[in-house]
Amino acid sequence: MDMKATAKKLGLKERYACMTRGLDWETSYQPMDKVYPFDKFEGIRIHDWDKWEDPFRLTMDAYWKYQGEKEKKLYAVIDAFAQNNGHLNVTDARYLNAVKLFIQAVSPLEYMAHRGFAHVGRQFRGAGARVACQMQAVDELRHAQTQIHTISNYNKYYNGMHSWRDWYENVWYLSVPKSFFDDAITAGPFEYIVAVSFAFEYVLTNLLFVPFMSGAAYNGDMSTVTFGFSAQSDESRHMTLGLEAIKFLLEQDAANVPIVQGWLDKWFWRGYRLLTLVGMMMDYMLPKRVMSWKEAWEIYAEQNGGALFKDLARYGIRLPMGWEQACKEKDHISHQAWGTFYNYTGAAAFHTWIPGQDEMAWLSEKYPDSFDKLYRPRLEHWDAQEKAGNRFYNRTLPMLCTTCTIPMLFTEPDDPTKICYRHSEYKGNQYHFCSDGCKHIFDNEPEKYVQALLPPHQIFKGRNFKPGVDPGAPGFDPLAAVLDFYGVEVGRDNFDFKGSEDQKNFAQWSGKGADPGQSR
Amino acid sequence: MSTVFIAFQANEDTRPIVNAILRDNPGAVLEEAPALVKINAEGRLTVRRETVEEELGRPFNLQEMHVNLITITGNIEEDDDQFTLTWAH
Repeated sequence: MDMKATAKKLGLKERYACMTRGLDWETSYQPMDKVYPFDKFEGIRIHDWDKWEDPFRLTMDAYWKYQGEKEKKLYAVIDAFAQNNGHLNVTDARYLNAVKLFIQAVSPLEYMAHRGFAHVGRQFRGAGARVACQMQAVDELRHAQTQIHTISNYNKYYNGMHSWRDWYENVWYLSVPKSFFDDAITAGPFEYIVAVSFAFEYVLTNLLFVPFMSGAAYNGDMSTVTFGFSAQSDESRHMTLGLEAIKFLLEQDAANVPIVQGWLDKWFWRGYRLLTLVGMMMDYMLPKRVMSWKEAWEIYAEQNGGALFKDLARYGIRLPMGWEQACKEKDHISHQAWGTFYNYTGAAAFHTWIPGQDEMAWLSEKYPDSFDKLYRPRLEHWDAQEKAGNRFYNRTLPMLCTTCTIPMLFTEPDDPTKICYRHSEYKGNQYHFCSDGCKHIFDNEPEKYVQALLPPHQIFKGRNFKPGVDPGAPGFDPLAAVLDFYGVEVGRDNFDFKGSEDQKNFAQWSGKGADPGQSR
Repeated sequence: MSTVFIAFQANEDTRPIVNAILRDNPGAVLEEAPALVKINAEGRLTVRRETVEEELGRPFNLQEMHVNLITITGNIEEDDDQFTLTWAH
């Protein structure tokens, strides 16, 4: 028999309160501090967890419903893409190197974000924060899964995607995303949420998932754009979680303000450095471009991030340290990163190339203050060398910044012709940094960063060779031995795009010719 | 006053939502890019359920937006009838 409903239907706010509050209880035979051992040691003071405001009032039932719809849409696109040989509809196979970088460098972070939120979802003694973190943990796991499923279609046809999980643990350039998340996940729960929800999701993910994904659509990759936008629709919830978390911390106690400011300084800089990879993807790896890194930085960092900090100023929060320098570097970082990968592509699991003439013209137009003066001559020199049969592959090991683990490729903030070197001494050892921002982070927590995993150091220590390899053997080739240990297939996954298996196969399968989009 | 924005996937599901937003927020500016539409507004932007329902010709739950939402910025105030983004400062 159906029960007759007499009560008025609950509004959204009441419904949400019913689903998320009263789930907790005061412990009786164990002290609360023993049950929640981690949410006090950072010095954050919380007086009233009930003041936690939930950013999106998405209850679990609505969550399953809408997430289910998003999944259906995404998998319909993936199926259509696979059945229709969608991989042949991309602009040209150079584009796929951006997808390789995505599965190598971004998808493992989604998985780590899932682990991080599952962890902190247990550590907050307020039920509202716990529910929000647990929902985000489920989201992040979904992102990792959908990205792996989507990109596996490309992995059937193209190189550079087969061992991404192992690469994430070992390969030199992938220590950059790995160190970011290892740093966040080994922090306290409040620092983790500021690092990931706020600095990373709020200030920075828009730069990856909005203009880059729009670029993926422009280059004919409907499956990547679909997983990207599907993920970013969750990110919009995560960003507001970050904003609410930060407001909650700042409103609870004035003593929280300097602690939070310190985290904002640190994590803005760490996130910004990590995004160097995205700048390069946008400016060099999309054959058809929607906007430059510089334009994206102006919209999503300067305007949007700037609005956020203006909003937080009422709590006594200022712009993060390094903000001004990051704004100056928008003219340079993508070119400097691409130049480095062009040199080191013999030791990377993706291809590089010299941009075509039309692409250089686009870069000149987008970077009037830097490209023609500083970066075009270098690219043209390398191009001439390659045409003369001298394609240069750097076989040395780069020195890495101890904090961000990026090779020391960045220049001085006010002199783009001079590499920026900083160093600190700690317990008799020298540590090297790419910037004042990274040095500052190290100097605050040296005990943490002296443990940084720096892949070239691992190689020098002999840890990146397969068992039984004898580095003393005559004719020993250390680079070949390291690549073998990494699982990089030499001659397939690396070296110049020109002449690669990807280029030949795509030309043959798509009928688009050997040099699509390349007019040099 | 800072700019708030909301972006949706460019498809048939979002066209009525975008139309409703442009009707209800006279200062809002539409920006189109491959596969996405973004609406920028100074200080404040509201999505009203009733206007979306008029555009759509059927009942609409504002949370349906999540299916095609890409990104937003600003502080959120949400109830059954409207979804508002603001930068008050």
